[in-house]
Amino acid sequence: MPQSHIMPGFRPALGFTLFYLALIVLIPLSAMLLKTLQLSLDQFWDILTNRRVLTSFKVSFGAALIAAAVAAVLGSVIAWCLVRYLFPGKKIFDALIDLPFALPTAVAGIVLATIYEPKGWIGKWVMEAIGVQIAYKPLGIVFALIFIGLPFVVRTIEPVLQEFDSAMEEAAASLGANRWQAFINIILPNILPAAITGFALAFARGVGEYGSVIFIAGNMPYVSEIVPLLIITKLEQYDYAGATAIGLIMLILSFVLLLSINGLQWWMRRRNGQL
Amino acid sequence: MSISLSNISKQFGAFKALDNINLEIPEGELVALLGPSGCGKTTLLRIIAGLEQADQGDVFLKGNKVTDQPVKNRQIGFVFQHYVLFRHMTVFDNIAFGLRVKPRKQRPNETEIRDKVHSLLHLVQLDWLHDRFPDQLSGGQRQRIALARALAVEPSVLLLDEPFGALDASVRKDLRLWLRHLHHELNVTSIFVTHDQEEAMEVSSQIVVLNHGKIEQKGTPSEIYDQPQSDFVSRFIGQTNVFRIEDDDHDWLKSTGIIVDDPQGVVAHVRPHNISVEKTADPGNSPVYLKDWQHLGGTIRLELNRDGHNGSATTIYAEMPNEQFKDLALHKGDRVALRIKHAHWFN
Repeated sequence: MPQSHIMPGFRPALGFTLFYLALIVLIPLSAMLLKTLQLSLDQFWDILTNRRVLTSFKVSFGAALIAAAVAAVLGSVIAWCLVRYLFPGKKIFDALIDLPFALPTAVAGIVLATIYEPKGWIGKWVMEAIGVQIAYKPLGIVFALIFIGLPFVVRTIEPVLQEFDSAMEEAAASLGANRWQAFINIILPNILPAAITGFALAFARGVGEYGSVIFIAGNMPYVSEIVPLLIITKLEQYDYAGATAIGLIMLILSFVLLLSINGLQWWMRRRNGQL
Repeated sequence: MSISLSNISKQFGAFKALDNINLEIPEGELVALLGPSGCGKTTLLRIIAGLEQADQGDVFLKGNKVTDQPVKNRQIGFVFQHYVLFRHMTVFDNIAFGLRVKPRKQRPNETEIRDKVHSLLHLVQLDWLHDRFPDQLSGGQRQRIALARALAVEPSVLLLDEPFGALDASVRKDLRLWLRHLHHELNVTSIFVTHDQEEAMEVSSQIVVLNHGKIEQKGTPSEIYDQPQSDFVSRFIGQTNVFRIEDDDHDWLKSTGIIVDDPQGVVAHVRPHNISVEKTADPGNSPVYLKDWQHLGGTIRLELNRDGHNGSATTIYAEMPNEQFKDLALHKGDRVALRIKHAHWFN
């Protein structure tokens, strides 16, 4: 084969990538698949259609989707603030954004639960004001996942906003557009792909999140029990095949969802002439 | 008056970008704001557009004071140096943008928008590109689309910020002429900013020369070239040889025909084509010899060296038609005699 790449090192790079993919991702995942195959189809189907399992899937994916959507909006606003405005303490604020990355998630969960429980600082106030309990309810899961997902959105949108040519806003204004029209027609389409990437990252992280959620969720079966917890429960009962079956389904669902998000992004970029 | 500026000043920190600018631009002119970089020309254009606020002074468009009006209410068309097309929209949608963001009552319907956009695309001769995205266009095409986009809202004035600055030389030449023709056709009052004096001379009907935030001179290209009112304008527009009476050999200057006994200033500026070069009858006595020459097309530029008395050499540029140069049959190193036909004097 003639050398068709200008950059050297194509083969070692590809080799390394495949090696890494096999060792870290594919082999463990196939092990999971093999373990699941110990079950008969009926057993597999029983686990899958168990009401407790189904509800937990609904809770996990529902909360992760809602939280990622909220994080996408809040994160965009925060990224906007950080890029466009100067305010005292901006550097500190900027550093705080990354904190959820570094903090042990269990710590975050305990802190959030303490604050948002019905007798906690904010929880009490929300309870009195609008009669809504946050902690130990599905809403608590959403709160924890927003906390976890926010930095993903902020950090993906920030560079795109920084690179955004603000002369485009001037051009829009010179053509008679008001600020709102400029935002909707010019800025939003330009940051939307990044916002969706942030959304996908926050969502993927949220689906698998365990540490912070179990402290605030209340973990009531059929109400606020998440899939990862169910897997742990099964493991503690030495039901390894059952645990991997749930894990496998979760994996497939996440993969399909992330793939469709990627597809959506591809479609958007194509529509916007970036491909 | 289509555009009128009174006492415009603008300061960036300690730097005075614009210093008390007064300017009137009649309806239908195509005006060049010309000056070196940092002279304030772009700032002035942006103040007229409303993209920048003046610290002091007022802007009037068609007799209405618009100083406090935001850019979207000023009815201007602005063309940016780097085109700033909306990357995520097709050429068609880019041009239609200004029509689609109009308030509902003034907004034309989609059929009218389509007709308008296609007539503008026809005007800029790029109808076949309507469904492309900006990234798929060449620089010259992008700039023409940017112009069409600005014209879509039928602006009362058109403002262009170094419109050809980012284009390569041959495209730039084409677009200059094209802009001039377009202006003849549309007759919309236009201002364009440039640092290229040749471009200003070629395109505009009026030139405003700016330097250090002040207007040095305003006039037609001929006036600016033939009657520069300041040392700066004379140096900036076209090429100029500078002779200082105190530095240059008095007798030599006299021999070239410059009046030195009763000078009108201390510095004489001489355009290259105002120097005539002849073969000297007395080569031993002439301090000037031909060092080199360049072919500029219809004319030849002669690079002449003059020996100063302290051994230093100064370069003098002269220009003459091609034919004349051939007739003279000069060679490098030949001694020549100069005659200066015309000089501008400054103090």
